[in-house]
This record gives sequence, C-alpha cells and structure tokens, in this order.
Amino acid sequence: MNKYLTSLLGWVDARFPLTANWKAHLSEYYAPKNFNFWYYFGSLALLVLVIQIVTGIFLTMHYKPDAELAFASVEYIMRDVTGGWLIRYMHSTGASMFFVVVYLHMFRSLLYGSHRNPRELIWLFGVAIFLCLMGEAFFGYLLPWGQMSYWGAQVIVNLFSSIPFIGPDVSVWLRGDYTISDATLNRFFAFHVIALPLVLLGLVVAHILALHEVGSNNPDGIEIKKNKDPVTHIPLDGIPFHPYYTVKDIVGVSVFLMVFSAIVFFAPEMGGYFLEANNFIPANPMVTPPHIAPVWYFTPYYSILRAVPPMFGSQFPGVIAMGASVVVFALLPWLDRSPVKSIRYRGCKYKAWLTAFVTSFLILGYLGTVPSTVWGQFGVGVPVLGGADCATVAARILMAVYFLFFILMPVYTKSDKTKPVPERVTGK
Amino acid sequence: MKKLILILSFMLPVVALANEGLHLDHAPIDVANTASLQRGAKVFVNYCLTCHSAASMRYNRLHDIGLSDDQIKANLLFAGEKVGDTMTTAMNKKEAKVWLGASPPDLSVIARARGADWLYTYLRGFYRDDTRPTGWNNTAFDKVGMPHVLWQLQGEQHLNEQAGGEHEAIPVLTLAKPGTLSPAEYDLLVADLVNYLVFMGEPAKPQRMQLGVFVLLFLTLFFVVALCLKKEFWKDIH
Repeated sequence: MNKYLTSLLGWVDARFPLTANWKAHLSEYYAPKNFNFWYYFGSLALLVLVIQIVTGIFLTMHYKPDAELAFASVEYIMRDVTGGWLIRYMHSTGASMFFVVVYLHMFRSLLYGSHRNPRELIWLFGVAIFLCLMGEAFFGYLLPWGQMSYWGAQVIVNLFSSIPFIGPDVSVWLRGDYTISDATLNRFFAFHVIALPLVLLGLVVAHILALHEVGSNNPDGIEIKKNKDPVTHIPLDGIPFHPYYTVKDIVGVSVFLMVFSAIVFFAPEMGGYFLEANNFIPANPMVTPPHIAPVWYFTPYYSILRAVPPMFGSQFPGVIAMGASVVVFALLPWLDRSPVKSIRYRGCKYKAWLTAFVTSFLILGYLGTVPSTVWGQFGVGVPVLGGADCATVAARILMAVYFLFFILMPVYTKSDKTKPVPERVTGK
Repeated sequence: MKKLILILSFMLPVVALANEGLHLDHAPIDVANTASLQRGAKVFVNYCLTCHSAASMRYNRLHDIGLSDDQIKANLLFAGEKVGDTMTTAMNKKEAKVWLGASPPDLSVIARARGADWLYTYLRGFYRDDTRPTGWNNTAFDKVGMPHVLWQLQGEQHLNEQAGGEHEAIPVLTLAKPGTLSPAEYDLLVADLVNYLVFMGEPAKPQRMQLGVFVLLFLTLFFVVALCLKKEFWKDIH
C-alpha cells in the first residue's frame, strides 16, 4: 500500500510541486521557537475565514436577496432549515469574532514591531485585508434586512454624499436607487458573497506568501535568519512549522472554539452587541430608529466620525477623519523609527503611547455604541465647554490621542531610550 | 496592565443597553414550563392572531411545547388551516392601516426585538384615553394604534400621573372597572402569553442550549488531548 502511495506522490510531484510546497510552507518552513500567546491569532483568523465561507455557502442556499423576502428567509433558516439556526449563529458570531481575532492580531504587530523592515509588504497586505473585511461586514450586515441593517447602510452610504461636488451622484450610483432599496440589497449581496470574498482570499494568499518569503517575526523582534547552522543553513532558533506549530495551533483552536461555541450556543446575541434587538424588526424606510449605532467593531471609527463637527455646512471633514483613522495604519512601518522592534527592548515613551492609544481606541469604541448625550452636559458655569455634551468633548480628546499616536511616532520612537537587543531569542 | 485591558475589552459587551427612561416590570416567565406555554399559545391564537400574523411560525412547531397534531387541530385551528401552515392572518394590511393608523406588525420575533419585560409591561399598560381614536392609550407605547384587546379580561384602567423624580415620572394605573379576571389572574395570563411569545421568537433555543453543553464537553476533552499532543511534540524544544 505504502509503495503505491509513494509512487502516486512521485507521479504528482513530476507534474505539480506538491512535496515542494509542503516543505516550503509547512515541514521546512522554520518559525522562531519563542512564539507566545499573541501568535495564535493569525491561524485563528484563517480558521474564522473558513468558518465564514463554509457557513456562508450554506446560508446562500436558503437566503433570498429580495427586499420582500429577505427578512422572512432569515427566519425561515432559523426555524425550518435543519440546523439552520446553528449555521446562521455561527456566521453572525463569526463576523464579530473575526474582528476580535484580527484586532488582537494587529495589536501583536504593535507589540513586537512585526510591520517593520523587512515585513512592510506583509503589513500592507494585512491592512488591505482589514479594509476588505470591513467592507465584507458592512455589505453583509444589510442582508438580514432589519431596521439596523437598513438604517446603518443608509447612514454609511449617505457619508459618500457629503463628498464635495460628486457626492450625491456617487451615493446614488452605490445604492442603485435614491434610497436603500431592493436594488441596493441585490448588489450588496453580490459584493458580500462573491466580489469581496474573492479579493479577500487573494489578499490572504499574498499575506502568507510574503510572510513565508521573509520569515516570521517573534516576541524578541530579532531576525532568526541571522543565526543559521553553518552546515544545514537552518536558523538555530527556528523549528519546522509542521509539526511544532500545527500541534500548538490546534491547542489554540480548541480554546478559541470553546469561547466561540459558548457564544453561539448560550449567548448568540451577546447582549445586543453581536445581534442587535432592533434588527429583529423588518426594515421600514418610513420609521427611523431613535438611536442608530453600528455593530461594535465599527464603533471606534464611528465615534471619530461623530466627534468632528460639521465645517462649512458639510459633514465631509468627519468622513475624512474616519477614513484617515483606518488608512493611517498603513503608514506604521515608516512612522516607526525605533532602532528596536519589540516592546521588550523599547523605552517607556512607546509603552506610554501604546497604552494611551489602546485606551482611547476602547473608550471611543464604547462611546460609539451609545448616544452622545450618555455622560450628560457640562454645567452652564463651565467656561468654553458650558452646555456641550461631555461624551463629545471626551471623544474629541481621545481622537486627538488616537491620531497623535501615529503623527508623533517618528519623534517619540526615535528619542526613546531603548535596551540592548540579545543576539539570540530568549524565552517566551 | 495589558492583561487588564484585554479583560476589559472582553467585558465590554456585558454593559447593558441604554434604558430609554421607561420603567419596565420584570416578566415572570419560564420557557421550560410547557403548561404555561400551552396556555399562552391559546391566548395568542384567540386574541392576537385575529389582527397580527406570526408568518414565520408553523402551527406544528407547537409540538415543541407538547401539543399533538390532534390537539392543535381541535383547539387552535378555526378557519380550515392545516397544521403545517404558518400563522397568518386574514386581515388586510392596507385596510388595517386605515382602521388603526398602522398595520399590526408580525409577531414572529417580536420578543427578540422588544424583550419580554417590555411586552409584559405593555400588555398590562393599557388605560382609557378618550382623546385617542380607539379610546385606549398605553404607558409603554404612547399613542399606540392598537386597542386594548384583552379589556374584558383586565377591565378598564385609568392613568394617574404620579410625580416620581425629575427624570422618571412613574405612571400609576388604577383599575376603574374590574374585568372578568382578578388583577393577579390577569398578570398570570399576560405572563403566559409573553412566555409563549418568547418561545415563538426562537423555537430552537432549548435545542441550542442542550447541544451547547455537549459541544463544550467535547471541546474540553479535545483540548486536553490537543494539549498532551503539543507537550509530547515540544518536550525537546528548549
């Protein structure tokens, strides 16, 4: 039996680089041996991508992209399709967990400088994946055709109409109509199930190919390829990805799936954060909900949008600020001027700025889920701020911190007092 | 510090949704109580289904709350529907809008949109208001288009605006004309109905919880095996 399998493999290898690829990407891809907790989220993002694609395929078998039928078809899936509720909850939970995993994956880069030379292109592909994911989430959220789907899409598409001169035409072109309608639902369905997934898959392949070209970074931020065995040319601190990291990632996968299943089976709505109560009301163009909030993963950017006041009678500056708050991540490899990569050897300035950035990101995220009146107003006696919403003022300060983290990065990373970096990787 | 941030970020979803200033009574419901669900189903079919539909709900899904096809046919089907049909209504949406000012919403997932406590407060919050076309208004839903369908059971309530704090004026309702049920009996009937609405919002919920226990048990076992495998492979890596 084994003999036949070997000859079959030889037959394939003569026609397709199967063994060569297996070696290049798994059994002879040498990863640093000191990966820690933060290095689970890459493989987990891949897992969530697979979950989303597979559950998505089954959902399209029963979902109807039609304004008259969409809402009811989702409930049909929840009730009459065998296992439909499980598929749907996996998909809706997967959407939120995708962002949880990707945010943690990105935070890992900020910790260990994984975006730095020679990994700039990996990072750029990653930012493109993040943008694509945001589009995917936005288009997908319209499909259940509930009130939040409808009015969320309305708000976002209206942002485009604030672009000077061409804005109104652009928003009509995007919607295919003067309001969000059946035409919009149909095209968003096309974007969600085929256009963006294709781009996403391509980008993920590029992300991994670029990674395997230069090799993985590690918590010490040193290049393991600098210390190779003189005979075998294998990095001294490297271990084959398979079997070492495949078995390790399976442990990560099992923990992740426990969290994922706990949500899917016991709290699929996640207190209204993963599935909003208002989205169980069918879309109604005539009734605007009192409080329109995006799903949690968009709320930091939504807070920034709301924090910028209209200028010259236009919301456009807010839209620019929101766009910039996402796109600015792409500049990180060139903004960071520190001689070291890992936070382990950086000084207190970077640590302080990173803490300030993460804190502002989280508070902005919270503020985006609540009305801007949530913290009340400043008393009339307070100079300048009298009568202003406390939450809006806070959001403006936090927004400034958010952007200053990037703008001042070349200065504080360069002047930071760093520690000497060891020759070889240390423990975890 | 970083761990703290991480933990905090996971706790964010726990923060409750903003209350819109309305005081809600706690709905004393139990979706495991099939007798209550069956009573609720009967109230629903007799009173609600005349105007509201539940177009995603099939009659035979009531098997889940212990009713057989024959029981469903004998007690809940009045207009020649089949047990496999969905709960639709004969009322025309356009006409309903003319009569009531708004067409009655479909109730399939109303409990998921509004929450059990809101429904429980709403169904007990009707009071006489002669300024309204129907003669009824509601403490939970001001200027509601729906008349008080259960008034013969509850009786007539009157509103006495009670000055609470500056922020929250708690409306106090008094029973002016008693109905055929005592207030306690009426509250029980509404609780049964709300219980049923919650069940109808997600009939797969009991199955979901049950399956979840097995999935988590399996994953725990899987985790232990995966961890042992990892330790075995990694014992030579230092």
